[in-house]
Amino acid sequence: MNIMMLLEMTSATFPDRPAFTDGSTGVSLTYSELFEAAKKRAATLRASDAERMVKLDVSNLGTPMSLFASAWAGVPYVPINYRLTNEEIEGLLERVTPAYLVTHEERVDHLGTLPQVHAVQTGHFVDDDHHSGHDDGDHESWSMDPDEVAVLLFTSGTTGAPKAAVLRHKHLVSYILSSVEFASAGEEEAALVSVPPYHIAGIAAILSSVYSGRHVVQLPNFSADKWIELAREHKITTAFVVPTMLARIVEALEGEADAGMPHLQSLSYGGGKMPLSVIEKAMTLFPDTDFSNAYGLTETSSTITVLGPDEHRSAAASEDDAVRRRLVSVGRPLPGVELEIRDDEGRVVGTGERGEIYVRGEQVSGEYEGRGAVTDNDGWFPTRDAGSVDAEGYLFLEGRADDVIVRGGENLSPGEIEDVLLTHPTVADAAVVGVPSEQWGEAVAAVVVARRDEQIDTAALQEHVKTHMRSSRVPERIEVWDELPYNETGKLLRRVVKAELENP
Amino acid sequence: MSELKTGARLQSAVCDGEIMVVAAPDGDVNITCGGAPMVESGADVDRVAVDPDHAVGIVIGKRYINADETLEVLCVKAGDGSLALDGDLLLLKDTKALPKTD
Repeated sequence: MNIMMLLEMTSATFPDRPAFTDGSTGVSLTYSELFEAAKKRAATLRASDAERMVKLDVSNLGTPMSLFASAWAGVPYVPINYRLTNEEIEGLLERVTPAYLVTHEERVDHLGTLPQVHAVQTGHFVDDDHHSGHDDGDHESWSMDPDEVAVLLFTSGTTGAPKAAVLRHKHLVSYILSSVEFASAGEEEAALVSVPPYHIAGIAAILSSVYSGRHVVQLPNFSADKWIELAREHKITTAFVVPTMLARIVEALEGEADAGMPHLQSLSYGGGKMPLSVIEKAMTLFPDTDFSNAYGLTETSSTITVLGPDEHRSAAASEDDAVRRRLVSVGRPLPGVELEIRDDEGRVVGTGERGEIYVRGEQVSGEYEGRGAVTDNDGWFPTRDAGSVDAEGYLFLEGRADDVIVRGGENLSPGEIEDVLLTHPTVADAAVVGVPSEQWGEAVAAVVVARRDEQIDTAALQEHVKTHMRSSRVPERIEVWDELPYNETGKLLRRVVKAELENP
Repeated sequence: MSELKTGARLQSAVCDGEIMVVAAPDGDVNITCGGAPMVESGADVDRVAVDPDHAVGIVIGKRYINADETLEVLCVKAGDGSLALDGDLLLLKDTKALPKTD
């Protein structure tokens, strides 16, 4: 198994189809050009004696070239977040030497002086003239060893140094084979990719599009206006966004009757909690678009559960609260993925009960460099995400397992309380955390953001929670902020909220 | 007869067909294309004639299974021969379309 095989198959089937277009320059590559480009750069990579291929840049044509060249050369691909500080970047680079580094012009000179780092600027890497294509041996093909490492992804650890998740060819290929039909994309199909290239969703987007034979348009730096412009210009048919992106797109389209994108057949989202108000507005603005909600992690090679388009529509149209609530669920497991909710003692909990989400399947790696796999003997991976499953098997996310608030011995889920706060007409956004309390061990605290032109009455909000939940859930303290802290993929930074409340 | 390894890539001796093993049964098996044993991809192979009873062909991107689904392979290069395990022709696997998620 090798992810290069996916590109080989599509290149053989649709050689002249556009594969990737850099949305910032308009320059494109066809599938056969991408295949040849990967081959040339694999030769360059092997000649460099590097043991890792590092890409430190925004999405551009160099992104798929470096991913596939790495696979061809048998060298792990390591995309790094270009928004990190120089110090953080150097710290990560040290861990992956000897490295062949592809980065943008402003960084190449400095990073090239680091020991065992061969730095090349993206423009030169993308340009064929900088690759001889000569090889010292017979390297026409790539390794088919399923256990070879394809990608190392640094995950944003909440404490300590970032961990490098290990994804082997077998994990990524299994994910693609179980979720994508080969060559299923029509000639007119185009995907708009706006997630960062160092995020698992960015890698999954490349592999899924390649295997389906779809044209990818890359949006290097997300802005709602540019996203809307590219979606209209390239008649985009499919896109993936994180919740904060969709919220901004919806906001930018405010006042328009619909989004003006009749070509957009499917819009999927994931990476964080989607507010009900945003998805409901989006479904009105994109009346003919299929919505899918995907949940997955780096360690699981991206998506493990999906809430599909029909489920979105039936939930939105339902009078039954339990069915309507599915609009904020992340759906059911993909074929080949098993899922369990377990309590603190490791016992599987009942329907609707909260616990930690465990998953198992061919695409699940659960392995970190230097510390091996954290899966148990039966292959189950503890996600550290908390959730519950309803009677029909729909998964609801309820924050991180360690976000749970323990108040006087009672376990409280911040997500449930946030959901209730969000139903109040003055509240646009809400975060609930536990803060130290002498009386209770932990007390419930909330930070809320007011809707435009609304004033928040904290006493009224406490009353609102009290009428919907047990009194132990009522926040003892409520602060009003202008906005909540999110990371760039839309995850609420609860620890930042907590730190700010504890040490204002 | 040989043991099949998951992830291995095999080529036909009768046509251009190539497959990748997605799931393999335990023990030694005989996997054929067009009636002739398949060999490791990239190996030198003497082309032989296709058995007319094994000549429906294989389609790139399609998956093939045996009756009890202990063997599953993916066709990575199309060919004129049909696949068989220990003499029994493999079946085309039905795959269900999933929503696009990335």
